[in-house]
Amino acid sequence: MKKILTSVPLKRRSLLKAGGALIINFNFQKASFGQNQSLLAGPPDPEQIDSWIAIHQDNSATVFIGFAELGQGCSTALLQVAAEELDLSMTQVSTIGLDTHITPNQGGTYSSSAMRVGGPQIQRAAAEARQALLQMAATQLQVEADSLQVENGIISSTRNNALSTSYGELIGNRQFNLAFTGNAPVKSPDDYKLVGTPYPRNDFPLKAKGIYRYIQHVRLPNMLHGRIVRPRGQGAYKDGVQVTGINEDSIVSIPGARVLRQNNFVGVVAQTEWDAVKAAQQLEVSWEQPGSLPGNESLFERMEKGMTNERVAVEEGDVSAFNTAFARSEFKAHGPYQAHVPFAPNCAVADVSQNSALVMCSSQDIYNTRTSIANLLGMDTEQVRVQFHDGAGTFGHSCWDDVAQAAALMSSMAGQPVRVQFMRWDEHGWDTYGPAHIGKTRISADSNGKLVSYEYEGWQHHWSLIETSEQTAKGTPAAEWPPFPAQQINPRTLGGMYDIPNRYLLNHHVPGLDYLKGAWLRSPVDLSFSFVSEQAIDDLAFQLGMDPWQFRQQNISEYHWLGVLNAAAEAANWQSRPAAENLSNASIVRGRGIGVGTHLASYGGAVAEIEVNKRSGEVKVLHLYGAIDAGLVVNTSNVENQIIGQLVQTASRMLLEEVTFNKTNVTSLDWASYPILRFEQCPEITPIIVQRLNEAPSGAGEEVMAAAAAAIANAFFDATGKRMTMYPFTPERVRETLAG
Amino acid sequence: MTSLTINGVSIEVQAGDDTPLLYVLSDELQLQGPRFGCGLAQCGSCSILVDGVETRACVTPIASLKDKAITTLEGISAFYAAQTGLASVPQTTPVQDALVEEQALQCGYCYNGMIIKATELLLNNADPSDAEIRSAMNGHLCRCGTYPKIISAIKKASRTIQLARQSAGDSSMEGVV
Repeated sequence: MKKILTSVPLKRRSLLKAGGALIINFNFQKASFGQNQSLLAGPPDPEQIDSWIAIHQDNSATVFIGFAELGQGCSTALLQVAAEELDLSMTQVSTIGLDTHITPNQGGTYSSSAMRVGGPQIQRAAAEARQALLQMAATQLQVEADSLQVENGIISSTRNNALSTSYGELIGNRQFNLAFTGNAPVKSPDDYKLVGTPYPRNDFPLKAKGIYRYIQHVRLPNMLHGRIVRPRGQGAYKDGVQVTGINEDSIVSIPGARVLRQNNFVGVVAQTEWDAVKAAQQLEVSWEQPGSLPGNESLFERMEKGMTNERVAVEEGDVSAFNTAFARSEFKAHGPYQAHVPFAPNCAVADVSQNSALVMCSSQDIYNTRTSIANLLGMDTEQVRVQFHDGAGTFGHSCWDDVAQAAALMSSMAGQPVRVQFMRWDEHGWDTYGPAHIGKTRISADSNGKLVSYEYEGWQHHWSLIETSEQTAKGTPAAEWPPFPAQQINPRTLGGMYDIPNRYLLNHHVPGLDYLKGAWLRSPVDLSFSFVSEQAIDDLAFQLGMDPWQFRQQNISEYHWLGVLNAAAEAANWQSRPAAENLSNASIVRGRGIGVGTHLASYGGAVAEIEVNKRSGEVKVLHLYGAIDAGLVVNTSNVENQIIGQLVQTASRMLLEEVTFNKTNVTSLDWASYPILRFEQCPEITPIIVQRLNEAPSGAGEEVMAAAAAAIANAFFDATGKRMTMYPFTPERVRETLAG
Repeated sequence: MTSLTINGVSIEVQAGDDTPLLYVLSDELQLQGPRFGCGLAQCGSCSILVDGVETRACVTPIASLKDKAITTLEGISAFYAAQTGLASVPQTTPVQDALVEEQALQCGYCYNGMIIKATELLLNNADPSDAEIRSAMNGHLCRCGTYPKIISAIKKASRTIQLARQSAGDSSMEGVV
């Protein structure tokens, strides 16, 4: 490594970079502050103001944020919240990377938590820091604190301008040493200057210049490049990986390349990245592959017929009212396994020695990752330091823990730092996929179009608890997460928006060890839930001869739900008529559909306009309108981007995405076998934000996908008069449905 | 030792002839623009220009590049300036500026390929239609779903380039490909 680095003189490298300088995301003064804070293993005490905010001599502030920047822009939006309460400008606030020695443990960055959980925490901490600073100023200036005003960190008396001081003067680079009580008053929304504005993201200019450092760019001195070696595509979770033989001589032609093996964990390392890639491909390994998967063909049969664990999620009234109701709809449909597949495969760099481990990775939950790495290496958690570096957008639990574990294992075996990046087939083939789902529903309405009863039964397995690296290296048996409800049928998306007197939701937990690995994928299983539920709702409207928007309107009284439903319909200029009224014999037909849904919080409403080629079976999504009510939206540009991303991803997931597997292993291993939406297939997108300045932020990272999935499905019915019972809408599946 | 011309600089590299250019750029030379996405020429993450033509560095062995001019994201401003006859090299190209102005990004990892491809497109066709943009960009994937905003940004960059062309007078822009 050293030899190669010196082979390019520094001057020449800087020439290549055309003037680009080494980028450090925070200045040295602030870096040294972080260093002081980093002497002890974290998390820092959340009950102390100093764990959240540091004020520097130049009136700037470092805000310690415990949430990961995943491309959603939370690192900018949370700074807006802090700057707002501190009366600083955006150029005076910055944050530093997530680090278990520095940043507080705010829980993982999932379930759209960054603004929902982090917003109020940062807001209260900043308000309390401001209050403390005003008290200090009042003492110094000998005036009442409430006679003081702040602008850009300069504190002055409202009565006498000559009386002034500043944040930096009062406390610059010294600690508050104050307990964080959460009791300081926060600003009234009427006084917001920064919150609620589309402030440009602070990471964009660096990213556009190509000088932003992603995890994939991180290098350590004396570092080796590593790759994992596994079968192409996972088998059943319980089977893990069984090595039956390795021919280490098969890579002797690659100088310096060597095999690192711990039980069934196999990796290779080499001095250069290309040598590591070649070694992983060239290494001859034989595997035992039991072939115990159901394959795509038998998946749903096995899920439904096997033993399951039941839980009643909702029971209200008496759903036997279905039997005598005026209009009744029974519908059963299926959703596939889908993959996270971040644009860049996951990557991690680890430096493990006898008594300590440093792991740099893209974990959405660094404190959890620290625990898992400590267990894996047999260390105390305090001996492990985990630092977050952005990777490509991951949309849930992709392979970031698996690769972090692999890097830690390989560094501990190699005795020097190791960088591991998954290959495309590793990421596609060893993902913890969004689980497949079977949904069965019976819904009824009276002759006035008021919903009477709603029943839903759903089958899916839970999320996988043990990463493949640990499973293979330590022999830890495969296990699912405990049965908490977030992995199961979602009462909010399943009829929760409607006024229904009688409702019964039954979850069938399918024991997951005989299936593919599972985890949360953006808006977990909600697309499948609404695909079933909202098609049945639509069917009732159809039976009653009613317009589907009006039918939903008259069954919803909750104002957030009505707000998103109406916002999407109005944006789409929805004209009232029953669905499938304009069926024609033309080979290319168009339709429009509407839907509502969400994940665990917030509210989503969507309208889709699609085109179906009945001859070829090809479906095009022409236009998607998506409305989100996420309470207070701190950064409207970020949320607009979030809605656009959700709608494009939903089109992709409804039209194209399905993990394929046979009895032995997953076979969708790249962008050809697992295609995603491309430029030419991308619909027009209309994002709509329902802004509520007086309500708490409730999360906007995944809440319109369920609605959009339903809208696409209902548009298909409007265009063709047929209902799809499985997605993605591949040409073959569409032709089959139209023929049936 | 192979000699390559990267961003106008001639450089001797250690890697063997069969090494795909991407690994030379990102590992040996530690450039941050071209980056691994699939290693299969399916996604556009590693794109570079070879004699002005967008090329996937992940599958292009360096042996095939000995007499070629390689441009990476790091050199895109200089390349753009040379192609359009600008007197000095700007910090960023109109494509990069428009992407930031439109806030057309989420994680930003796909940006290397998007910028390289959009620059190639606009140098060949300063006023592309919506369909021409989609067709040119179709081999570049974005998992975050930023396509609609990238399309708007490319249109915006196209207007900037046309305005620059008008104000510079057509004669000085004859060098444009």
